[in-house]
Amino acid sequence: MTVLRGLAFLLLLQVIGEVLSHSLKLPVPGPVIGLVLLLPSLRMAWLRDSVADAAELLLAHLSLLFVPVGVGVITHLAVLSQYGLKLLLVIAVSTWIGMAVTALVLRAFLGNEEEREHG
Amino acid sequence: MADFVQLWVYLSTTPLFGLTATLVAYVAAQALYARVDRAPWANPVLWSVLVLGAVLVVTGTSYPIYFAGAQFVHVLLGPAVVALGWPMWQRRAEIRRRGLALTSAALLGGAAAACSAVGLAWLLGMPEDILRSLAPKSVTAPVAMGIAERLGGIPALAAVFAVMTGMVGALSAKYLFDFMGIRSWAIRGFALGTASHGIGAARALQVHAAAGAYAGIALGMQVLLASVLMPLLYFLLF
Repeated sequence: MTVLRGLAFLLLLQVIGEVLSHSLKLPVPGPVIGLVLLLPSLRMAWLRDSVADAAELLLAHLSLLFVPVGVGVITHLAVLSQYGLKLLLVIAVSTWIGMAVTALVLRAFLGNEEEREHG
Repeated sequence: MADFVQLWVYLSTTPLFGLTATLVAYVAAQALYARVDRAPWANPVLWSVLVLGAVLVVTGTSYPIYFAGAQFVHVLLGPAVVALGWPMWQRRAEIRRRGLALTSAALLGGAAAACSAVGLAWLLGMPEDILRSLAPKSVTAPVAMGIAERLGGIPALAAVFAVMTGMVGALSAKYLFDFMGIRSWAIRGFALGTASHGIGAARALQVHAAAGAYAGIALGMQVLLASVLMPLLYFLLF
């Protein structure tokens, strides 16, 4: 029951987010506004357990949720076969650059603190 | 035989087909993943997508027919993005304490990923609509679609690039971090979540709890930063 209550609340926040995003023509998508609204609402203790249950269920199976979009690759086989190897190269190299830069910046900031923890 | 064909034609056009196929493929891929000790190459999203894509192509089933069932899984991406607030809230003290470090890393890492993708693709002579769809590829698919739309790209293509980015990250992060000598689980998770959003975060969650939490935070921050800054920069520059 708490999972359902939590899911209903998350959906409600998404709906509020979508309404705000569209009516005010904000650059931020609805679910992101929902995320921002969730943070202050978690101060209400009575909401916390149900949100926790629903959030943990959704996030535990997060990778499943990407499968339908991923299968959509088949609708773009023409573009992908035209630029396939180049696209893969661009995506792989830029992903590695993004990961490396993030890790290096974070290590520059937290280096000593974090490495000590893993002594 | 004719009966069987008729039954298949009927079943393959009901939403039941897409939903069942998605869950069965994923459960099987997940079982394989667990069996090989969660080796990066056995990534469950990658194998589910490959198997389902092959099934659709071989049986001549169109994507809209598949999606009629798969949408019941797909709609949950929305509340899942909202749910990212939960791991952020749980670690709010830590995030506040490390706020400057995390924001700087998310900003610079996200910019590096987007700029290098667009720049490389431009150097390789790809058309403009692909460049525009590549920019938000490090943001989780549903949000990447929204951003691509605002940048004048193709939302469906942006989603495909985002999923490919997620898989590349989930498959290769371990080797890249080992090579770079990054041992901290927090840093590994945060970098994976920044560059490879939800699929990267899902991988991080399976490997280590702290890595997963930091990947979730990174994913949330990337969603916020990219969806505000990318359209804003685009309007200022073009």
